[in-house]
Amino acid sequence: MLSSDQSIIPNVSPAIEILSADKTYSNGTRALEPVDLKIQPGEFVTLLGPSGCGKSTLLKMIAGLLAPTDGRILIWSKPIDRVESSGHKLAFVFQEATLMPWSRVRANVCLPLDLHGDAKDEAEKRVNDSLELVGLSKFADAYPRELSGGMQMRVSIARALVTQPDLLLMDEPFGALDEITRNKLDSDLLDLWEKKKLTVVFVTHSIYEAVYLSTRVIVMAARPGRVVDQVNIDEPYPRGHDFRVSSQFARYAKTLQDSLLRAAAMGAPAHSASDVSTGSASDEPTNEAAQ
Amino acid sequence: MKHQKWLLPLIVAVFAIALWKGLVVALDIKPFLLPGPDLVVQTLIKDWGLLGSALFNTLRITFFAFLAAVVLGSLIAFAFVQSKWIETAFFPYAVLLQVTPIVAIAPLIIIWVKNPTVSLVICATIVALFPMISNTTLGLRSVNPGLASYFKMNRASRWQTLVRLRIPSAAPYFFGGLRISSGLALIGAVVAEFVAGTGGTGVGLAYQILQSGYQLNIPRMFAALLLITVAGVLLFVLMNWLSKLALGHWHESEVKHEE
Ligand SMILES: Nc1ncnc2c1ncn2[C@@H]1O[C@H](COP(=O)(O)OP(=O)(O)OP(=O)(O)O)[C@@H](O)[C@H]1O
Ligand SMILES: [Mg+2]
Repeated sequence: MLSSDQSIIPNVSPAIEILSADKTYSNGTRALEPVDLKIQPGEFVTLLGPSGCGKSTLLKMIAGLLAPTDGRILIWSKPIDRVESSGHKLAFVFQEATLMPWSRVRANVCLPLDLHGDAKDEAEKRVNDSLELVGLSKFADAYPRELSGGMQMRVSIARALVTQPDLLLMDEPFGALDEITRNKLDSDLLDLWEKKKLTVVFVTHSIYEAVYLSTRVIVMAARPGRVVDQVNIDEPYPRGHDFRVSSQFARYAKTLQDSLLRAAAMGAPAHSASDVSTGSASDEPTNEAAQ
Repeated sequence: MKHQKWLLPLIVAVFAIALWKGLVVALDIKPFLLPGPDLVVQTLIKDWGLLGSALFNTLRITFFAFLAAVVLGSLIAFAFVQSKWIETAFFPYAVLLQVTPIVAIAPLIIIWVKNPTVSLVICATIVALFPMISNTTLGLRSVNPGLASYFKMNRASRWQTLVRLRIPSAAPYFFGGLRISSGLALIGAVVAEFVAGTGGTGVGLAYQILQSGYQLNIPRMFAALLLITVAGVLLFVLMNWLSKLALGHWHESEVKHEE
């Protein structure tokens, strides 16, 4: 179950290939040790880890918002700036809704189409479909400030879906919401994922959200940020509310928690020190534990 | 609730005027020291020919100066946000505009520029310019970083980012600048007229005040003062209204909040 480099359908080219990409910010912060990761089309992959472990950094690098310091990232076998030529699209959902407060919901959802210069009537149809999908048709003419936090997040998701992406990158999209709303949006998201056959990379620091949603969880650790483990969640979809309180669910959660705790106790790059017991559990940036 | 906004200041005004009149009558103050409010209004009506045209002239200067400040200020702000270099090189000189007292440079400008109207407009523009520059620059920079990344990710052109993101983000700051600048344009116009002093064609309210001072025509002085004040307040109200019109539906400062 652990650390399997999963290839569901071996002959299809992966949706995302991360080839030993790492990141050091210009201020010298080592945000991410080299990461190697393949994500197949149709997977729902979650990046799970404590604050500061480089989840957002990794996601932004996949989206092309940040350039890796070293290594390469391919989306459908193309570098990010030539993804369009592969006929695939990706969309990014931020931690906050990041809507334009001066525009109505409809115009907010239409933004990516406007920026792309799509035809008006076709765009309008897609905006309506997209709002329908997230259940906000009635609020098309509202301003963002008239909506609740959860509704704003749904607008943000509608804005991502309107471009009909195959790949959805989501950075803690429901982190700011209460648990009830979050659970609801989680199952809505799974429905969409199944219906639209999306590939999703989802960031969270909730173990439960990770178990509920994912086909595969990438466990990360901080200082320095790195990937320490992968866990497949071999549980059929659709996953109902019963799954949340089932014993398998608890087992998966325990596996992930153990993995996180082990990583936190090690405090050194996993690829070099995974079975070295580093005596005192030092949180410090690891020079003394150098191989 | 809704009327309180108007009613309360109005009550204060009525009281102040009553107090003013009461003091003038009770202490038997001579009109050439402090005219009563009724006398001021009478004078205003009697001298309307003189004062009305002076008001028109002052407002004309104010209008052109304000217009120039808005256009120039916005253009300069756009230039500033285009490149850090431009801002670093020129911002200190924008500050220089702000800190140099206009009365100190007005005589020079009036000597250099032959046309009196143009010279007065230049003086008033200098006074009104800085808030437009600094507010609009701040506004154009106050873009939500998440939205900025979103635009970048969708490969928005520079122009799209400017029109759809930067300008709307800047709007609240811009209108804040308008409010300050409009008042300053009026003040600048009056100060410049004071410095210019001499009459001739197109005299403004400041000149009427100066003249009334020389002639000890204190009621007319008060009437002119009243006109300047009312013009200033009306300008402010107008700017508020514009701001509400533009931002009312979305920006926190203008949105009606539930109690
Ligand atoms: N723009 C930046 N410049 C310098 N350092 C940065 C920058 N952004 C992030 N970092 C650093 O990189 C590391 C990883 O940050 P990142 O935002 O990827 O973490 P995260 O896993 O998303 O955390 P969280 O769960 O809190 O969002 C942190 O130590 C952070 O301080
Ligand atoms: Mg983050």
